[in-house]
Amino acid sequence: MPKPSPFHERTSELCRSLNWKDWAGYHAVVSYQEHHEQEYFAFRHAAGLMDATPLFKYEIKGPDAVYLLNRVMAKEISRLAEGRVTYCCWCDDDGKVLDDGTVSRLGKEHFRITAAEPFLHWFILNSRSLNVSIEDITSEYGMLALQGPLSREIIARAAGEEASSLGFFRLMRGSVGGRDVTITRTGYTGDLGYEIWCRNADALAVYDTLMDRGRDHQLMPAGLAALDVARVEAGFIMNGVDYFSANHCLTHDRKSTPYELGLGWSVDLDRENFIGRDALKREKANGSRWRFVGLEYDWDAFEAIFAKFDLPPETPAGAWRTPVPVFGMDGEQIGQATSGAWSPTLKKNLALASLRSGQFRIGERVQIEVTAEYERKLCPATVAEPMFYDPKRKRA
Amino acid sequence: MNEHTDKPRSNSYDAVVIGGGHNGLVCAAYLAKAGKKVLVVERRQVLGGAAVSEETVKGFTFSTFSYVVSLFRPHIIRELDLVRHGLQIIPMETTYNPLPGDKGLVRWADSGKTRDEIARFSPKDASLYPEFGLAMGRLSRFTKNVIDTTAPQPASLDPRELMKMLRLGRHLRDLDPEMRYLNLKLLTMSAVDFLHEWFESEPLVPSMAGSGIIGTFLGIRSPGTAYVLLHHYMGEIDGAFRAWGFSKGGTGQISIACANAAESFGAEIIAGAGVDHVKIRNGRAVGVVLENGDEIKAATVISSLDPNRTFLKLVGERELPGEFVSNIRRYKNRGSSGKVNLALDRLPSFRDGRPGISHLKGDITIAPSVDYVERAYDEAKYGEFSKRPFLNIVIPSLSDPSVAPPGKHVLSAFVQYAPYNIREGAENWPEKRDAFGDAVIDTIEEFCPDIRECIVGKQVLSPWDIEKITGLTEGNIFQGELSLEQLAFLRPVAEWSRYRSPVRNLWMCGSGTHPGGGVMGAPGELAAKTMLGEGGV
Repeated sequence: MPKPSPFHERTSELCRSLNWKDWAGYHAVVSYQEHHEQEYFAFRHAAGLMDATPLFKYEIKGPDAVYLLNRVMAKEISRLAEGRVTYCCWCDDDGKVLDDGTVSRLGKEHFRITAAEPFLHWFILNSRSLNVSIEDITSEYGMLALQGPLSREIIARAAGEEASSLGFFRLMRGSVGGRDVTITRTGYTGDLGYEIWCRNADALAVYDTLMDRGRDHQLMPAGLAALDVARVEAGFIMNGVDYFSANHCLTHDRKSTPYELGLGWSVDLDRENFIGRDALKREKANGSRWRFVGLEYDWDAFEAIFAKFDLPPETPAGAWRTPVPVFGMDGEQIGQATSGAWSPTLKKNLALASLRSGQFRIGERVQIEVTAEYERKLCPATVAEPMFYDPKRKRA
Repeated sequence: MNEHTDKPRSNSYDAVVIGGGHNGLVCAAYLAKAGKKVLVVERRQVLGGAAVSEETVKGFTFSTFSYVVSLFRPHIIRELDLVRHGLQIIPMETTYNPLPGDKGLVRWADSGKTRDEIARFSPKDASLYPEFGLAMGRLSRFTKNVIDTTAPQPASLDPRELMKMLRLGRHLRDLDPEMRYLNLKLLTMSAVDFLHEWFESEPLVPSMAGSGIIGTFLGIRSPGTAYVLLHHYMGEIDGAFRAWGFSKGGTGQISIACANAAESFGAEIIAGAGVDHVKIRNGRAVGVVLENGDEIKAATVISSLDPNRTFLKLVGERELPGEFVSNIRRYKNRGSSGKVNLALDRLPSFRDGRPGISHLKGDITIAPSVDYVERAYDEAKYGEFSKRPFLNIVIPSLSDPSVAPPGKHVLSAFVQYAPYNIREGAENWPEKRDAFGDAVIDTIEEFCPDIRECIVGKQVLSPWDIEKITGLTEGNIFQGELSLEQLAFLRPVAEWSRYRSPVRNLWMCGSGTHPGGGVMGAPGELAAKTMLGEGGV
């Protein structure tokens, strides 16, 4: 049975919908209200506060911490300055992605990692004979995501002016409600936002302070359903949805590489050996099988499909993650859309997809399967870079 | 958005659009997108016409006039890429009817909760309510076919027009007989009578009927108001009918997005430049003359102003056929509503004792009973503003905190009735304005006893003020009532419902044309597409 997060006492009081799910062994709120719409709009117009505690969290310390992370991560972590955070992925020997997450450098020899799945064993396995300590702090720390255009005002009121000047992908230690916290300027909504780490014992005080300081800014508790729409708009991949960790794949074909997932920018090839380097070098030279893209449904065609049944267009009520096939205009299958959502902000029906390299170009049209009145139809869609929504304030 | 001067860069254009309201801007954007050299001329410094956001009280952004979005056509948002140009719509999910001495009635997005709310007054109504929504939804889909195309011309023998009538006929045929009868009833009945065929309970009936009178000079018991009810059910956001929303940053942000889109396609906009008259030579519009005397040549002149102002003021009767002038004179602009915008230091507390704020995030309708709303109309009939008016209130800062300082709020109250022609004469409105504002605040006070303590700034707009500021004749918010005799092929007048006018090269694109008022964008879009299709520009 899932366990409660350190914020559970508050979130369970607020979650009037009783809409929960199991997220990595924790009770997690899907939506606080009957429908997630207001929570989504809080992320985009005010601010939302989400309990992100279930992310796996590891603390890596010691003289060889940099060496270990350089070896495990596809990104060259030695180049990450103190006080900064980076997003990256880690691979197996074949260059297949195991997971993706963030690495924060709190000190010269002190790092924190977030992961979607448990990887303690992997870090330990690769640290043999290294002078490094690896600790799973998942159940010791609570984590909150404060996301949305007004999150800067709220963090300033909760943690002081210094926090409000924190740069994109920077971190700081501070205090919220008199409790020690670590604040990072990161998030999974594709908007301005912060993530706040605190010890379990401090969790409720931190939560109350943020909610209190956010009241005048219409801060709302937000759940995973709202997050899922936001992350599709932002084009962020999700482990277990848009790709599968190489650890879980029964077949080789199911595995993905960073290049195939659009994470090629995070791979630093020209350096000392790291896990998966040689395979990734070969792939870089020979090309990738897949490419991760965005799809924008052709609205008129989408509407016409439903009009044939005398129905209004049925846009999905939330983000979906049941894969559907994608075809070229000639009708040959060229890949699959793995998640998608109607974007209430962009007024577009969106999907994230993996398509076979060389069978399409960005800006070209493909066809995506749509079910209307129990019948399968093909709807034209335009291939786009997988970043539909990218407001300036996210980085500013 | 660029800063707009009052000097055009050139003195000759393919098209000059008079009026920088949202329809004028949408029209200009479509024409510019098609490669035309377009100039928009706006009299005020601020763009948007009746769709403007203004910081009337420091720190508080009011949607001065029009305050909600519903009918704005989604395909216009896509075709003009308005999201990229700054348009964002936040849905409103609730309708709240406060009642004296009760916790009132809230209709939620959640059907189960709504059923429980209505059942407190009538279990029968509660179980019937979803069926009514479905029927309205089906009729809305039929009506959508009408509003998304140019008005059909029933008297025309043009094969394209006949085809269009045929298509509409088919849509009508596809409706069940039951739906066809319902449609007929909707066209002929009063909102209250129509609703009483379904529902029995106060306060459900007045709460729903209220949307039937908005912007009309009719009471909820007046025949013809049932149709306006449907017009409001047609509100469509993201393909879902009956969805209403706020524009982030206020309604003016819609106009700004349209202006940005128009400029991105190469249109030019000048502001602070009123048009004195349309220049006509040999029965043909050849340009406009500004109030400052500057003359701008244009192959096509398009007016987004209301028909009265366009033809009787900017064109002049001399240039027009007598019968057309008579029809324009007969066109009903009866202004019937006012607006009170309040800057609030904090959220006022309602007497109802409902916890939380989620029921306040949508619209709040003050229409406690059918008699209350009808009585409000009684006063208006005899040239007085309602002492206890029908109010449609929104507090957009609850959904879009950017319009007020942290913790503070803006409250916008649409007020009906406030007849333009008060007994003392419209020009005497300035003396009546304070009393009118007080009547509105007194009304709110009956439900929010602390409202006066919360007010830190206010703006009271009578229909006379609305006319003065926006130029809308008689302050009619729809550029002419949305009554049946003024819709579709009768809007603004028979034979001239296709954006053309009796003056060659002079076109119309405002809410006074089909399909009518509301922040919809459709008249501007359809006018532009008609002109482009018929070589009018």
